[in-house]
Amino acid sequence: MSLILELKNISKHYPGVKALEEVNLRLFSGEVHALLGENGAGKSTLVKVMTGAQSKDGGEIIFLNEKQHFNTPIEAQKIGISTVYQEVNLVPNLTVAQNLFLGHEPKRFGLIHFQKMYADARTVLTQFKLDIDVSAPLSSYSIAVQQLIAIARGVAMSAKVLVLDEPTASLDADEVQVLFGILNQLKQKGVAIVFITHFLDQVYQISDRITVLRNGRFIGEYLTSELPQPQLIEAMLGRSLQQHLVEKTSAEQTSNGTSAVLLSLEGVSVKGSIQSMNLTVPKGQAVGLAGLLGSGRSEVCNAVFGLDLLDSGSIHLAGKKLHLSHPVDAINAGIALCPEDRKVDGIIGPLSIRENIILALQARVGWWRCLSKTRQQEIAQFFIDKLQIATPDADKPIEQLSGGNQQKVILARWLAIEPILLVLDEPTRGIDIGAHAEIIKLIRTLCDDGMSLLVASSELDELVAFSNKVVVLRDRYAVRELSGSELTSQHVMQAIAEG
Amino acid sequence: MMSKRFIPLWITASLLLVMFLIGSLQFEGFASARVVTNLFRDNAFLLITALGMTLVIISGGIDLSVGSVIALSGVLSSVLITQYQWHPLLAFALILPLGTLFGALMGTIIHVYKLQPFIVTLAGMFLARGIATTVSEESIAIDHPFYDAIADLSIALPGHGSLDVSSLIFILFFAIIAIMMHYSRFGTNVYALGGNAQSAELMGVSIAKTTISIYALSSFLATLAGIIFTFYTFSGYALGAVGVELDAIAAVVIGGTLLTGGSGFVLGTVLGVFLMGVIQTYITFDGTLSSWWTKIVIGLLLFFFIVLQKLLNGRKASHG
Repeated sequence: MSLILELKNISKHYPGVKALEEVNLRLFSGEVHALLGENGAGKSTLVKVMTGAQSKDGGEIIFLNEKQHFNTPIEAQKIGISTVYQEVNLVPNLTVAQNLFLGHEPKRFGLIHFQKMYADARTVLTQFKLDIDVSAPLSSYSIAVQQLIAIARGVAMSAKVLVLDEPTASLDADEVQVLFGILNQLKQKGVAIVFITHFLDQVYQISDRITVLRNGRFIGEYLTSELPQPQLIEAMLGRSLQQHLVEKTSAEQTSNGTSAVLLSLEGVSVKGSIQSMNLTVPKGQAVGLAGLLGSGRSEVCNAVFGLDLLDSGSIHLAGKKLHLSHPVDAINAGIALCPEDRKVDGIIGPLSIRENIILALQARVGWWRCLSKTRQQEIAQFFIDKLQIATPDADKPIEQLSGGNQQKVILARWLAIEPILLVLDEPTRGIDIGAHAEIIKLIRTLCDDGMSLLVASSELDELVAFSNKVVVLRDRYAVRELSGSELTSQHVMQAIAEG
Repeated sequence: MMSKRFIPLWITASLLLVMFLIGSLQFEGFASARVVTNLFRDNAFLLITALGMTLVIISGGIDLSVGSVIALSGVLSSVLITQYQWHPLLAFALILPLGTLFGALMGTIIHVYKLQPFIVTLAGMFLARGIATTVSEESIAIDHPFYDAIADLSIALPGHGSLDVSSLIFILFFAIIAIMMHYSRFGTNVYALGGNAQSAELMGVSIAKTTISIYALSSFLATLAGIIFTFYTFSGYALGAVGVELDAIAAVVIGGTLLTGGSGFVLGTVLGVFLMGVIQTYITFDGTLSSWWTKIVIGLLLFFFIVLQKLLNGRKASHG
């Protein structure tokens, strides 16, 4: 077994976010190497750097003992690194065969040899037990079939390294087994395979080696046979956080159950995301939602904010039943949500801090009653001071702030409308470790001010640090509720692993 | 079942046939080889321009500069031939590469600075028209034995029809480009670019090479169209061929190419030009209608075809 590709101390920064910091990855021939980590851990970024789709800011890539600098995916492909990206990255209007062979079509007399291309395409797809019309446009097939075609393309390129980013996300169990059969054949041929997934049972079924990333950092490389699942989850979710975060007053712990219930979910189900969920959030307390990716963590937040419509069950806020068909209904009831992906759903980059903060409040009072500039300035300054947003003034474009400060501005936006319930989805995602502590402190302060919070997070230590109660989700169900002395990251982790 | 990709093509072909039948039933001499070959002769320059426009639009772009490039090419040809006494072939040998370079430059700017093709080729449009007008504001007549020879040269067809040099050049380029689009790697790349440029790049298609080639080819064809336009008018005029880019875009859309890119055929575009030509011929035969009626009909056809595209694609999406 020989080392084919080695990534050493890879770093990658985006404005405001450290996507990768000194990450290592070693790929051996004939091995399936699982690259694991929670959402935002940096897996996809690492893949993009490794395959030339994005440039790195630091570190080196060594392929067969030679240092490499890829600037485009073509260069990486040429030396034998073939990639199937997370989203199906094919061209929908071309035929199946054209998609399989784009860039290296068989030729005759200088023109594309369609007969041979179609025959080759059929041969490749037979391996995947796909019997489809290869001359039909790709878009005429389902996402699962497209996913298989994308993988088939990677396999057909007979690469030395095959990278599969979430290849099984849209496949059913039978299709997964077909894929694993092919991966086993490739292993025998000496291909090094990178396998990214969030299905841990698949990791144990197919992989030989595991590398775990967390928050853009390298956590460790393990042999799959020597890493039991609880330890793997521990590595993925993290346990060792600075001591000062875990300090919690015992008074808060004992106050459990005595305060009035503010929000309650009864038997809430949303098709495909959560199942008969029961949950209560008391007034002036923070309730944490823990669980792996896809367990229903974020989905609960979305349901409470009216983003996903309920199929059954009911949500009560301060004793009144809520009819949420749109986020506006939730906002009017006094609920605010800080979404998971602040780049996509939260910040408006070129606008100033002041404008970003004022957005939700202005929407609430109505656009025809414009807040005066002095009033806007007052509000912005108030939150800049209160949340300690590091900026010279309120007129700086938000995109120039660091991730942690951007997150504070988003928080300020929702705090400005004075909600009675604040829902936070991954409040510390992609921000510096120092800023984590500040956000956590802020959550506690808000609770002391009487606000209730519902917080979904993959950072267990943090969750335990700021929550009065943690609800553990597993496969779309709430499986455990931990509070008081039971509330430790160790217990939460056990509940996630065992249910 | 007929593939959805071909539906717009069939509709255009049917409309063309219907228009032709209406004309034939109403007017004596409409259904003749002469009318058909005149469609080629009168529209050769537009046909050649529209071939390039089809490629550009399939790739998801647009080229607004072609009308001005036609004018510039015509003006430069006539100036070199008439004022500098160059042999026409020598003049063409200089002008065609220059035109191609102009397009390659626009393609480079579009690719390197990630700019909208609309705005870059709009700049190209002003630039080419400006240069043409600076070279000569007056129309310059070309009087050269080579032009007389070209005009006399044609293949006679039965029924008083004849294919002239311009038509033959168009047929040649139509064949080359149709083969290129469907049987070469470049053609596949053009469709891939229009389908999903980001995926195509990740799959190893060189976006730079393809983009630059597309705009270079479009300008080359427009330059050639400008030369052919001088065969037709025996002159070069800086303020001629105004709005030809819009006629070409209309023909491409009527021919069933998606304005968002990724789908379409050069054959459709040819049918689109012919449909517009038949309407024009009909109005000429009628004699009482204003020729502006052509524009009204083209406007209505365009509305019809963009709504049709929307409906066809909407259906595709809901099935996907």
